[in-house]
Amino acid sequence: MTATRARAYRQAVPRLWWLRRRSYLLFMLRELSCVFVAWAVLFLLLLLKAVGNGHVDYQRFLDWAAKPWVIAVNVLALAFLVFHSVTWFNLAPKAMVVRVPKQMLALAPKAIVRRLPEGRVPGWLIVAQNYVAWVFVAAIVAGLVMRSGS
Amino acid sequence: MADTITLLVTRYRPDTEAEPTVAEYEVPLRKDWAVLDGLNHVKDQLDGTLSYRWSCRMGICGSCGMTVNGEPRLSCATFLTEFAPGPVRVEPLANFPIVRDLVVDIDDFLRKLPTVKPWIVRHVDWVEDGEYLQTPDEQSAYQQYSMCINCMLCYSACPVYGVDPDFLGPAAIALAQRYNLDSRDHGAADRLDVLVHPEGVWGCTFVGECTRACPKGVDPAGAIQRYKLTAAMRSVRALLLPWGAR
Amino acid sequence: MTATHDVVLVGGGAAGLRAAIEIAEARPELSVAIVSKVYPMRSHTVSAEGGAAGVIAMGDTLDEHCLDTIAGGDWLSDQDAVEYFIGEAPKELVRLEHWGCPWSRQTDGHIAVRSFGGMKKMRTWFAADKTGFHLLHTLFQTSLKYPTITRYDEWFVTRLLIDDDQRVCGVVAFQLATGRIETIEAKAVVLATGGCGRVFPFTTNANISTGDGMALAYRALAPLKDMEFVQYHPTGLPFTGILITEAARAEGGWMLNKDGYRYLQDYDLGTPSPTPVLKSMELGPRDRLSQAFVHEVERGRTIDTPYGPVVHLDLRHLGAEVIDAKLPFVRELCLKYENIDPVTELIPVRPVVHYMMGGVSTDINGATPLRGLFAAGETACVSINGANRLGSNSLPECLVFGARAGRAAAEFAASTRPPDGSTNTQAEDERRRLERLRSRTDGRDRIADIRQQIQQAMEDGAGIYRDHETLAKSADTLGDLAERAATARIDDHSDTFNTELVAALELQNMLDLSQAIIASALQRTESRGAHQRTDFPARDDEQFLAHSLAWREPDSTCRIDYQPVTITRWPPGERLYGR
Repeated sequence: MTATRARAYRQAVPRLWWLRRRSYLLFMLRELSCVFVAWAVLFLLLLLKAVGNGHVDYQRFLDWAAKPWVIAVNVLALAFLVFHSVTWFNLAPKAMVVRVPKQMLALAPKAIVRRLPEGRVPGWLIVAQNYVAWVFVAAIVAGLVMRSGS
Repeated sequence: MADTITLLVTRYRPDTEAEPTVAEYEVPLRKDWAVLDGLNHVKDQLDGTLSYRWSCRMGICGSCGMTVNGEPRLSCATFLTEFAPGPVRVEPLANFPIVRDLVVDIDDFLRKLPTVKPWIVRHVDWVEDGEYLQTPDEQSAYQQYSMCINCMLCYSACPVYGVDPDFLGPAAIALAQRYNLDSRDHGAADRLDVLVHPEGVWGCTFVGECTRACPKGVDPAGAIQRYKLTAAMRSVRALLLPWGAR
Repeated sequence: MTATHDVVLVGGGAAGLRAAIEIAEARPELSVAIVSKVYPMRSHTVSAEGGAAGVIAMGDTLDEHCLDTIAGGDWLSDQDAVEYFIGEAPKELVRLEHWGCPWSRQTDGHIAVRSFGGMKKMRTWFAADKTGFHLLHTLFQTSLKYPTITRYDEWFVTRLLIDDDQRVCGVVAFQLATGRIETIEAKAVVLATGGCGRVFPFTTNANISTGDGMALAYRALAPLKDMEFVQYHPTGLPFTGILITEAARAEGGWMLNKDGYRYLQDYDLGTPSPTPVLKSMELGPRDRLSQAFVHEVERGRTIDTPYGPVVHLDLRHLGAEVIDAKLPFVRELCLKYENIDPVTELIPVRPVVHYMMGGVSTDINGATPLRGLFAAGETACVSINGANRLGSNSLPECLVFGARAGRAAAEFAASTRPPDGSTNTQAEDERRRLERLRSRTDGRDRIADIRQQIQQAMEDGAGIYRDHETLAKSADTLGDLAERAATARIDDHSDTFNTELVAALELQNMLDLSQAIIASALQRTESRGAHQRTDFPARDDEQFLAHSLAWREPDSTCRIDYQPVTITRWPPGERLYGR
């Protein structure tokens, strides 16, 4: 049976609650990063449009992109995007439980098995895989850009 | 070590006060005294009108959650020496209406809990056939989530719940996952709608404070992220294979 | 306002919830109410650690479990009730399994069992060492699925209503949050409020274990049975009284005195061996182990601490792996509350009040002599536990007799007429009493002071060993305290979550029960199980193979008479351990 608790005091959430704790602040920053994701997409679309419109437009875009404030916004965007990616990578082991197949566990040396709680792949390994994949993809992209640039 | 410590305790007496105030009490500082022992000293010796909940004083009944120096804690398992020389701020759990002093109204959780069907769903069930088999591995799939003592520290730590009280919340979702992941349960489909509701798992923005606040290592944040993945995969499957995804 | 239900359950622990589910399943047409002073998942069942006994293993038999229980209870158990209980226990435990209880398993997926004190075979089901916690939450969560169960969370029951035909037909209760006082009418009432360990100063029991249900029945003139039998658990942490489960010894823990000597071998409990032997040494019954501690103190072989003498529980030889798998909560509690790690250090322990073998006298159906009143769990005394309960018999007792009392109450409710309102005056009197108490301004002694003195009197008079002199002295002290309690000081006059009012009402309950315990112990001039009289050290089957019944007299004194024990197949014999 529920009571009528009209007199209960409702604790207000202070407007700056997200400054009270580092984790809250980081969370707000991650939420904010969506603005910069949108900016990055917009920047890419503008670039594509300029390329499509020919040399003159492309040069004008490059001049615009070299303006100090655009560079500043892009540096900021890069920082936010890296931050966003890192938090996503770190979240991965929370979202999935990867188990080592029984047969493999049986074959693996005891010293390793003992380090796998309940046969689960430890979180840091999942995160590490993400970073390795990230570096790998970045290297391919960088390679492509460098080669076409030369 | 000084032999006393000051407790700054939130008082709220709805009969006479419009909003909470702070009272100051001097209590003995002893090595093995928890914050709860300090409050009991106040209640027994100094001021019989102080109200708070407590029972088992061994960290398992979940009654005595409070905000101690800004952090949601079990007051029976938080020791005064941690805060020496003091003072120690003892406040009610955040994000809940205060009924009186350190007592908060948690009926909202008790209304939400049954909506996730926190029980084994089976369409036929014969006790006469003996126990269902469940290997230790199958058990470990959900065990962590079965450790929730409903102490409400996670709700108090969750800023989403603070801003949006309709959010289903960490403990209720973790308990839904406790049954979803139990090999004896057939009820995952029945829990889907309430979990994928905008106020269900998608309300969570992964602040992760619930997991840090949990005194029993339940990791509700992990439970929620896992269910998001499950729900997302399900939606993708439903989109690609409109006939037969269920 | 008056609410009406078919059956009202007072208490929402294992027994109350089990009764509620039983009624909801068997009789969905009946309306059931659970009235509890705490949210049900806070009930003291949550603190049970070691396990729940039920015969399931190959090579174990119901008869062996019966004999262990009866011998463990020093032949004071009613054997028909024991047989019924032991036959039903495995079924109830399987039912809990079907409801989701995470019982620990063998590698093939079958239920695992462990050994326990006084048990000749391994038959204790467990969920690591948080069995009570898992059992309670399983029951609570399962209870949420039945629409016919109404919960009154944080409502405190203060009186049973009895009509002109001497039939219990409801309760008066108040809601903590609002102070609203209400009559909840019912055709049957089941008491399931747990024990009253809080009448002692040093106890494993939670703050809420103040014997409210026992006191309600006693004041309604239902008798309390075998109240002199108070179980001391041999291993509680000093200062807090937190329980270190018997499972710690079942997994192989040793009891050591200050010389590192396994002293139990000196008390007719067998000879030490490195691995645990059933019904021997550390796996003896709780009464005998706690008594051995007293003798060690007398011999000066215990360790002195600021919280009194202790001995050591040694788990170090078990290793971290076994401790983390089987006893994780023991490790957690020791680290948190004693700042020691049982993997590498000795745990200081001493006997601590743990369980009341006695309670509201019921028959095998959970029915009390008052029509319409039932009781189950620690609140009740059927009796299956006799003079000393074996560890891991109490959780299944809550399930077996919770279900049975629920069924009996439902049948009674279905066959009786509804309350006719003839108790309105009683309810009105009770409302006025509560309002007077809440607004009392001329009180004198602090509640906490009186409570502390009651507890001291109980420890002095009714400890592990008793005699006429100390018991009589405590009886006098309690008489004085009763007068002072009647004018205890109440500073809190609020109607919102007034915990001081609750404490005042609990104080009265504790006083009534303390007097019943002392009176019962005074009259039983023999030693049996947990009741050890130094002035009458022998068991006396001639006179005392009988249950004591404590009745409240109109002048608030306690009258004791006796009722025979039901003996079926196991005639009284000698209790043998370690042989």
